[in-house]
Amino acid sequence: MSPHAQEQDPTNAYQSLSETTEHDDPRWAFGSGFEDVQAEIEAPVPDGADAADLAEYCLMLGDDALICSHRVSEWVSNAPELEEEVALANTALDLLGQARVLLSRAGHVEGAGRDEDALAYLRGEAEFRNVGLAELGDDLDFGVAVARLLVFSTWRLALLSRLRDSRDPVVAAVAAKGVKELTYHRDWAARWALRLGDGTDESHRRMQAGLETVWPHVEELFRTSDVERRLVDAGVATDPAATREEVDAVLDQVLAAATLTRPTLPGRGTLGGRAGRQGAHTEALGHVLDRLQSLARAHPGASW
Amino acid sequence: MPEETQALEAQFDATVAADRRIEPRDWMPEGYRKTLIRQIAQHAHSEIIGMQPEGNWILRAPSLRRKAILLAKVQDEAGHGMYLYAAAETLGVDREDLTERLIDSRQKYSSIFNYPALSYADIGVIGWLVDGAAICNQVPLCRCSYGPYARAMIRICKEESFHQRQGYELLLAMVNGTDTQREMVQESVNRWWWPSLMMFGPPDGDSPNTQQSMAWGIKRHTNDELRQRFVDMSVPQAAALGVTLPDPDLRWNADRGAHDYGEPDWAEFKAVISGSGPANAQRVAHRRRAHDNGAWVREAAQAYADKQAARTKEAAA
Amino acid sequence: MTTGRRTWPLYEVFVRGKRGLNHVHVGSLHAADDEMALHNARDVYTRRNEGVSIWVVRADLITASSPDEKDPFFAPSADKVYRHPTFYAIPDEVPHL
Repeated sequence: MSPHAQEQDPTNAYQSLSETTEHDDPRWAFGSGFEDVQAEIEAPVPDGADAADLAEYCLMLGDDALICSHRVSEWVSNAPELEEEVALANTALDLLGQARVLLSRAGHVEGAGRDEDALAYLRGEAEFRNVGLAELGDDLDFGVAVARLLVFSTWRLALLSRLRDSRDPVVAAVAAKGVKELTYHRDWAARWALRLGDGTDESHRRMQAGLETVWPHVEELFRTSDVERRLVDAGVATDPAATREEVDAVLDQVLAAATLTRPTLPGRGTLGGRAGRQGAHTEALGHVLDRLQSLARAHPGASW
Repeated sequence: MPEETQALEAQFDATVAADRRIEPRDWMPEGYRKTLIRQIAQHAHSEIIGMQPEGNWILRAPSLRRKAILLAKVQDEAGHGMYLYAAAETLGVDREDLTERLIDSRQKYSSIFNYPALSYADIGVIGWLVDGAAICNQVPLCRCSYGPYARAMIRICKEESFHQRQGYELLLAMVNGTDTQREMVQESVNRWWWPSLMMFGPPDGDSPNTQQSMAWGIKRHTNDELRQRFVDMSVPQAAALGVTLPDPDLRWNADRGAHDYGEPDWAEFKAVISGSGPANAQRVAHRRRAHDNGAWVREAAQAYADKQAARTKEAAA
Repeated sequence: MTTGRRTWPLYEVFVRGKRGLNHVHVGSLHAADDEMALHNARDVYTRRNEGVSIWVVRADLITASSPDEKDPFFAPSADKVYRHPTFYAIPDEVPHL
């Protein structure tokens, strides 16, 4: 066989093994989003925005994605059908990719030499800025998983659609890419809400119960933090309170079609006005971080 | 044998002999069909069960880049399982039945996944050795006489080569890291080397079905041939990593132009295959739990689809 | 009556990789309905590449020709894509048939 013929042989999987290993083969940077925004991570802080505020804002958006991705990843090898294994892993990968870019941006803007991994693995609970909805455990109950993703992706899609115009180039780039991803996640969750809500008696009951489980965490999504308020004025952030109408309309439409009832449960209370955005979390986050950080913390100075 | 069957069988034999592909609607001997169903199903089960040892580390992956790589890899394995189940379904079995056979322990999967993944070095070693051994086994299957299986394998082999590379790259990073990391890598290689050799199946003298499978063009090489190829491939890769393969009998044999190596513990292999490996019970129980916990979801989707179909019909009437 | 053992139907997936090419068969999957099949096909077979066009069709709706060219064209041999003259599920216990 001539060398050329071998090049063309699609069955020769050995061939690709002998090729050099590139550090970030695009196939294996899958989901990182880095291929699109690498240069922008080091862009200067937009005029009129405070660097510390911007770093904090990137943590908020990044931590939401990182912690929610962790929860979705818990489904790997536990999904109700193989096709859904693939769909759930896609969602987890998309969110992880968003988190990596946003944490990298936060680290760069902060200027203290922390990279994405230092921020993901070496912060304590009180330093995380995600909302409670992201950290909520679902105990591998598909009803809760669908309810959380329905609310989370509807809300995050509303945020990211507005953030495409952010004056911060990294936030804008993550938003532009993320809108396509979140549209997909919302579509997936809405379709499952329909199937479960309007499926069998049992699935209806469990989907409704899933909604009741996530509902106390909905109120927090629309609360504007001081950091966000200042960055809205600087044209960098979007006001989450302004997304409420859109999110409610989408949820009402899905719930009605799915024969589900919008819960009327009160929102989870704050700790003296502080919640996730101020580092005041539920007990669940500590357990998430225990798992997420255990190996990295056990090997200081290691390279992976 | 009726005359008609003889003619069909002659046609089948001629197709296989000419290295052409048998396709789903072609006549085929019942033994060929049953052998393929068993082999493809075991292969599919292996992909799905194989998600567990690696999935065990996704939540704890030590960097976000490694986490993304591992998630993407385990996702590929779900996809590979689907391709393979689909290939099996062209032979007249149903994926649900095959899953039932797996979780009732009536069908097997690769013995390797009955070993636990105990450190992050295992993620690298699974990529390097386990996926490497799988590639040795699978590349010849890209030319398997059964078309749907061969086509599934072409797609799978392409992705597997990425899997092996990411594993090896992780190990390179670790052996260039701290002393503890280097120890983790060596310890992991010590645990996985022999089970990897066992992935090629029993020695040729103890593999009664090999000849028939080769005659049918399902298998292209014997177990020992593939094992030898794997050993010869792995030795220089181990040297480049600076790890020792745990086999005192491993040495180059200039006369054979190949490495001599020690005998795997075939008693252990038989024990693992027959259910008493370190993780058999856990793997099957995990799969059964996921399948059972998903039953209400699958039923709901079907019920919804049925309702929608009825509504569409009603609207049209 | 649905039971947990009932499988979602099998779909065949066809993808047009880029403009100017035909759709080609790339594989199969299980889905409860057409929409889920399209959604899953995009996840599994295209990794959500937005440029491509996907067809999905229930496998049991495909009519296939017989591989045996001697069959009269209009005979009832035209059948399902995976049907085979000896197509039947073989219970584990049944010895060689």
